[in-house]
Amino acid sequence: MLTAIVVFTLLAAAFGLLLGFAAVRFRVESDPIVEKIDAMLPQTQCGQCGFAGCRPYAEAIAAGEADINKCPPGGEAVVMALADLLGRDPQPLDGEAKPKMVAVIDENTCIGCTLCLQACPVDAILGAAKQMHTVIESECTGCELCVSPCPVDCIRMEPVREDIATWKWPYPVIKVAPAKVPEA
Amino acid sequence: MTRTLHTFHGGLHLPEHKTESNARPIAVAPVPRVLVIPVQQHIGQPAKPLVQVGERVLKGQMIAQAEGYVSVPVHASSSGTVLAIEERPVPHPSGLSALCVIIETDGEDEAVNFVPMPDWLKEDPSHLRNRVREAGIVGLGGAGFPAYVKLNPGPRTVVDTLVINGAECEPYITADDRLMRERADEVIGGVRIMIHALQARSCVIAVEDNKPEAFVALEEALKRSGRSDIELVQVPTRYPTGGEKQLIKVVTGKEVPSAGLPIAIGVVVQNVATAAAVYRAIEKGEPLISRIVTVTGGAVATPHNLEVRIGTPVADLIEFAGGLKSEPERLVLGGPMMGITLQSRDVPITKTSGCVLAPVARELGERGATRACIRCGACAEACPVSLLPQQLYWHARAKDFDKAQDYKLFDCIECGCCAYVCPSNLPLVQFFRFAKTSVWAQEREKKKADRARERHEFRQARIEAEKAEREARLKKKAAPESGSAASPDDAKKAAIQAALERAKAKKAAAAAGGDSEQ
Repeated sequence: MLTAIVVFTLLAAAFGLLLGFAAVRFRVESDPIVEKIDAMLPQTQCGQCGFAGCRPYAEAIAAGEADINKCPPGGEAVVMALADLLGRDPQPLDGEAKPKMVAVIDENTCIGCTLCLQACPVDAILGAAKQMHTVIESECTGCELCVSPCPVDCIRMEPVREDIATWKWPYPVIKVAPAKVPEA
Repeated sequence: MTRTLHTFHGGLHLPEHKTESNARPIAVAPVPRVLVIPVQQHIGQPAKPLVQVGERVLKGQMIAQAEGYVSVPVHASSSGTVLAIEERPVPHPSGLSALCVIIETDGEDEAVNFVPMPDWLKEDPSHLRNRVREAGIVGLGGAGFPAYVKLNPGPRTVVDTLVINGAECEPYITADDRLMRERADEVIGGVRIMIHALQARSCVIAVEDNKPEAFVALEEALKRSGRSDIELVQVPTRYPTGGEKQLIKVVTGKEVPSAGLPIAIGVVVQNVATAAAVYRAIEKGEPLISRIVTVTGGAVATPHNLEVRIGTPVADLIEFAGGLKSEPERLVLGGPMMGITLQSRDVPITKTSGCVLAPVARELGERGATRACIRCGACAEACPVSLLPQQLYWHARAKDFDKAQDYKLFDCIECGCCAYVCPSNLPLVQFFRFAKTSVWAQEREKKKADRARERHEFRQARIEAEKAEREARLKKKAAPESGSAASPDDAKKAAIQAALERAKAKKAAAAAGGDSEQ
């Protein structure tokens, strides 16, 4: 009887220590579901979802405060992926899915005010005060956040050009002919 | 010793259509008026143009240099003046344009001084590889993978077998056939160089048994070279025996692992035309500036093979070949199974174009209406990679790319056997190509999103750090003269006020000046 009590007490203490150690040593910094959601979002940081970037939106989704259909740049694919991950029902996209865009600065009109530099969420605009600015095309996410701050309207959005490296085979459109019904 | 041959799963016996073009000798096509030379004619990074518009270039001069490891340079295929360096339509299923160097030829065909490497047997394999790279040689079988990369097995990797691919399994194409018949010595010469470059233990040249003349020519050339260690085998004619992995299976009985390279099982495969190009690069110092192209099909007046300068527009090539006798149903670059339909005749012949096919309607066969999949499984029987095209089709059609990848989408070699046998005429390969390029696009987007996230987070951190720094500075300034904490702000306000007043005064003065002038 006594041995059993001693053994179980020791076991309980040992496991308690182990779990306690694990809780400290392998502590998860943030909610892993937030990370997973964030990884699915397109990271345009455009704020079209009503949040100040992709991560805040991911946090809101994880907390159940936001719908999963608020990300137009992600399009239907992101809605479906999120629905799959979270076990929620897919919803129609809130907003319009647009083709991928890239910001272009008209360098003749730019006055070098740096307002767009401050607006760009990914530091994709290069320039300094009273110096001409230009967009680093490869880093631009097409979020359009730089368009409205420009006092001289010299930034426009252009669709991303398709080249041979990025070209996709179109989805085959086939007309399936109905089977012939034998005449009665 | 006779080698035991093996078989691969599936495959097809197709109508060969080789006799139309394989009876005539290779003709040398004249230099076209304008050459359009794309800077990317290989798998990997595009080459970077080295020449300026208006510059005179010579035949064999490097006009674009390799950028990165998987890349090769591009050379001018005749002498002339660079007209432009601009985007032009290139042979690609999209019909899109890519950067090309356009040369107006002067007809003199003046060449740079070619430096041969006669003592190649004493050279280190790395020197040979570099020479092959400098010559811009890519796999001439069709995929266009830089040849020197395949000649670099890596340290401590033993190449057991070098397989030379002379199968040429696709219908209509006879370029390799004629090359082996007429230039067997060049092929064998190239093979010997590649054996040395790879330090390969053995070498097999495989020729399909529908090319007996080529086989005999190679046999005689082998005898002349005195190399008894090079084996020559006839393999049964079956499409796609010329596929790299299929040929390895036939010749060695070994299977290349899924998503792996042949070198993983100690095998390297090179095409016979690549071997001939290697021979020319080493023994004669010539870069790859021409290739043999089959011009054939029911609409072609005299189907035959031509040695064509890289960059010759397809329209010119057809003219050099004797023109068309009737309007073709369409124009295909490559064979009927894997070729691409050309959207323009202005596209140039590149290093990877082995055939221009101009078929008439009756040759293409009656392709009936597309019907629903009846799950007959004929596609799975025909698949040379032992895939389940039917399952792949369902998942690709539903855009369920994860599932498609579970069914080894990327092991598909797009040979077209499944679509050929499909009784419902489903465009299966198109679905697989769509799925493959969609997966690549998703991967690119993911990469881009990850970088955007990183940059955004870095920016946030930087803004935070700047804010903290500013606050710390303000605090430090405010600390010694305690009690007047608001002074920096006041000073700033005063300065702004003063500036505003100055501006106002200026404006008023200007207005007054303007008034007085009136």
